[in-house]
Amino acid sequence: MNRVFVLLAKGWELLARRVDSFLMGAALAIVGVGLVTLFSASDQSVPRVMTQVLSLAVALVLMWVVANLAPRQLARVALPLYVAAVLLLVAVALGGTVVNGSRRWLNLGIGRFQPSELMKIALPLMLAWYFQKHEAQLRLVDFVIAALLIALPVWLIKRQPDLGTALMIGASGFYVLYLAGLSWKIIVGLAALAGAAAPLVWPYLHDYQQERILTFIDPSRDPLGAGYHSTQASIALGSGGVIGKGWLNGTQTHLDFLPERHTDFIFAVFGEEFGLIGNAILVVLYLLLIGRALVITANASTLFTRLLAGAITLMFFTYAFVNMAMVSGLLPIVGVPLPLVSYGGTALVSSFIGLGILMNVQANRKLIKT
Amino acid sequence: MRPLFLKRGRSSSTLSSPELKNPERELYHFRRRLTVAAAFIVLGFAGLLARFVALQVIEHRHFQTLAESNRIAIVPIVPNRGVIMDRNGVVLAQSYSAYTLEVTPSRVRNLDETIDGLASLVDIQPRDRKRFKRLLEESKNLESLPIRNRLSDEEVARFAVNRYRFPGVEIKARLFRQYPFGEMASHVIGYIGRINDRDVERIDEWRETANYKGSDYIGKSGLELSYERELHGTTGVEEVEVDAAGRAVRTLSRTLPTSGNNLRLSLDIRLQEAAETAFGSHRGALVALDPSNGEVLALVSKPGFDPNLFVDGIDPSSWDALNDSPDKPLLNRPLRGAYPPGSTIKPFLALSALTSGKRTATQTIFDPGYYQLAGSTHRFRDDKPEGHGYVDMPKSIIVSCDTYYYMLAADTDIDVTHDFLEQFGFGNKTGIDIEGELPGVLPSREWKREHFSGKNYRDEQRKWYLGDSISAGIGQGYNAFTPMQQAEAIATIANDGIGFQPHLVKAVENVKTGAIRQIDAHPSHVVAVKAEDLSVVKNALVGVAREGTSARAFVGAQYVSAGKTGTAQLFSLKGEKYQPGHLEERLRDHAWYLAYAPADHPRIALAVLVENGGFGAQAAAPIARAVFDYYLLGIAPAGMPTDVPRSTDDESD
Repeated sequence: MNRVFVLLAKGWELLARRVDSFLMGAALAIVGVGLVTLFSASDQSVPRVMTQVLSLAVALVLMWVVANLAPRQLARVALPLYVAAVLLLVAVALGGTVVNGSRRWLNLGIGRFQPSELMKIALPLMLAWYFQKHEAQLRLVDFVIAALLIALPVWLIKRQPDLGTALMIGASGFYVLYLAGLSWKIIVGLAALAGAAAPLVWPYLHDYQQERILTFIDPSRDPLGAGYHSTQASIALGSGGVIGKGWLNGTQTHLDFLPERHTDFIFAVFGEEFGLIGNAILVVLYLLLIGRALVITANASTLFTRLLAGAITLMFFTYAFVNMAMVSGLLPIVGVPLPLVSYGGTALVSSFIGLGILMNVQANRKLIKT
Repeated sequence: MRPLFLKRGRSSSTLSSPELKNPERELYHFRRRLTVAAAFIVLGFAGLLARFVALQVIEHRHFQTLAESNRIAIVPIVPNRGVIMDRNGVVLAQSYSAYTLEVTPSRVRNLDETIDGLASLVDIQPRDRKRFKRLLEESKNLESLPIRNRLSDEEVARFAVNRYRFPGVEIKARLFRQYPFGEMASHVIGYIGRINDRDVERIDEWRETANYKGSDYIGKSGLELSYERELHGTTGVEEVEVDAAGRAVRTLSRTLPTSGNNLRLSLDIRLQEAAETAFGSHRGALVALDPSNGEVLALVSKPGFDPNLFVDGIDPSSWDALNDSPDKPLLNRPLRGAYPPGSTIKPFLALSALTSGKRTATQTIFDPGYYQLAGSTHRFRDDKPEGHGYVDMPKSIIVSCDTYYYMLAADTDIDVTHDFLEQFGFGNKTGIDIEGELPGVLPSREWKREHFSGKNYRDEQRKWYLGDSISAGIGQGYNAFTPMQQAEAIATIANDGIGFQPHLVKAVENVKTGAIRQIDAHPSHVVAVKAEDLSVVKNALVGVAREGTSARAFVGAQYVSAGKTGTAQLFSLKGEKYQPGHLEERLRDHAWYLAYAPADHPRIALAVLVENGGFGAQAAAPIARAVFDYYLLGIAPAGMPTDVPRSTDDESD
């Protein structure tokens, strides 16, 4: 009997050793919210929830593996992973599968694969590795090279076209530059430049992109077309009120008024059924998760882990913020999932790999004394 | 973005301490950046929460309303329109439910392709397409429009199987109006048609806008028009939950509609049929009343039209045929046809003379065949060139002596005549319960002054002349009466001077409660006459049918009737002899016959007008005979089918 307990205890220790319980708890709470909402959004489809649970299992395993890697190993895969991701993006551009008018997928025979997802991890990893390598003296030329490393995948993804993902990838790269100490003057200058350039960029946007932005400014200009998603999502949230309509009782959800309600608009389902109270709880859960990640980042031991953990943390925030802002009508509609909540295996796996990296960083914080 | 990065970043001072390797300091800088980022994150989430408060607290009501209107559709349930029955319960107008194939244009990508596709399943004629096009132009695009009405069961089944191929196309059950007697009594019953902009204004005026939600049809003429608000009923409401595609998911509440009230007419459709049969191919009008209460027993306007043509929206060729026909089938002759009364005015003038004391019954005049005014060479001719010789009042009616009345008119002020005749209702609407009635003309000095008051007329034209009186004295000149007024007037004589307002509807039946509201007879005019004066005239009218101008038409009748013939001149012959055979048919005179029977206790009084029928005795009196024979004796006129499509009361629901 005793030996069984000892074995179990040892096994548990092995499992839990590198897992940050705080981070894990917050993440699983958010995933729980996601599964509950998914059950409602899918009209109580158990298979759909089970698919997501299966993805969760895969994601947890991968998280555990990443958390247990040696920090050196993380650094070692940075360059090959980045190169591979860029090559895959080129492959997509040359012979990808076209769905809904954009070329984003590679057909692998067993399933479709979206290389831009890989880039979400590969780019911060690559940049963190690059800055670590040149830690001795970061010069302007390093930032220029870093900018080129960002620009290449952003350009490749933008021409798929997938402006949303391109912007998100660009943001993840920018966060590394920011944390590495890019001058405020340049940041402010770039922001001003971006603002000034917006009218110049306008003619180069695709029709549907222009339409989304115009519709964002005035959703009523096309209430049955492009503005429909935004309008219906606002109605869902607004009609939810303070306490919500109750689980499985959202009329916007169950009468098909909400589009994309398993994926990008799942937050509208949640907000309709659980109201302001539910939304506040979800925001607090994200704050806990991100707050913990910020602490891990602050305590990271090397420049590489600091930049990597910081970028991942900020990306969690960015995805969550952009998605909720989009659903509640603060931002135009861009195809960004709500991390840990939206239905979809790939996004769930990359989120948990991100968490695994954070745990890895946390576990290795004392290796080099600061 | 990249080029500027290069340009701006050239001086090394823009980078944060790149040459330092102090880890403490580096960590400090890093943590400061991280703190800024953390503040940014908190700010971002706070912004989101503020947005949630705005949506879910401040604007909650607004969005809740939007969500509800998304979710709930109010579907009107159209009530069953009331049934119109004749006095014996024979159904004259009823509604039945049938399947229609309907297209919602806003949900169909290519209308022409869809309709072509549908045509392969159900029979769609070019006529249906044309009608659909017209409805499409009038519609607001969001409603569904019928492409085919009255589908057969087989067609319904064939479409149901292929339904998935036609998004935006549906089979719906709709109520249709049917008029089983077709042309018969079409002007009385009228018809319904699709609601147009003018009808919408009417409905708004009634404050019935909500009650007409979902109603496509409204009464357009006849009883369907005048009793629209009785017949329509109360629209029910169904609250249904719908999904984004507009499909009903479940019913939340339902208020059933209340059927419209049924109308029980005083009209006897068999009598109507007898009368219409008696008309043969003649054009004209007949109004038969029950003199004791004003009930309309028959009301004929020939030719008629098939009201069923109008229900689905009449096709242009049928419309043109009806509208352009020289026979004017759409004209409701008994109410809107104003004809000179001709000699039918004589008994009324005789009564006027007796009442005013201008003549006694036995006073005689000598008729040389014409009348000449003192100091004038113009001769007013009698229709008997050699004259009637000595004529007293009864004879003046029985033989219809013009000279007698020329003289009477010359002796009588037109305004006195006007005031007396007005008591019979001439020159005023009778107030029958269908719309469109004309008042006709009963001339007087005042009338002439007003009628010619326009600045195109000179003062001389506004003056009343003796010649005007003399023309009016035999029912020509300015006189113009409708057959309705004539029937009302003769019924007033039949009923000893008391006239009732004519009405077609006898009772209104509430289908739900079974309550029956009788339409009471109410006397509309009482003519101030002495009984003995009245009996002089009534006896003379009996003489007309027995030995006078209409005697030939009443040979062998098993009842005593009273009547008066009349001929309304259409064409001034300027002294030439009237020879019917030499004139175009449409220029021939109109024939009148006013009559009632039985003479002692009248049960029916009528006015017959046969357009271009020539002498009243020839064309009009035989029709009156046929109607009396049928009504009093049950003898059907030749050519009347014995088997009339007949439905009983309980089929009405």
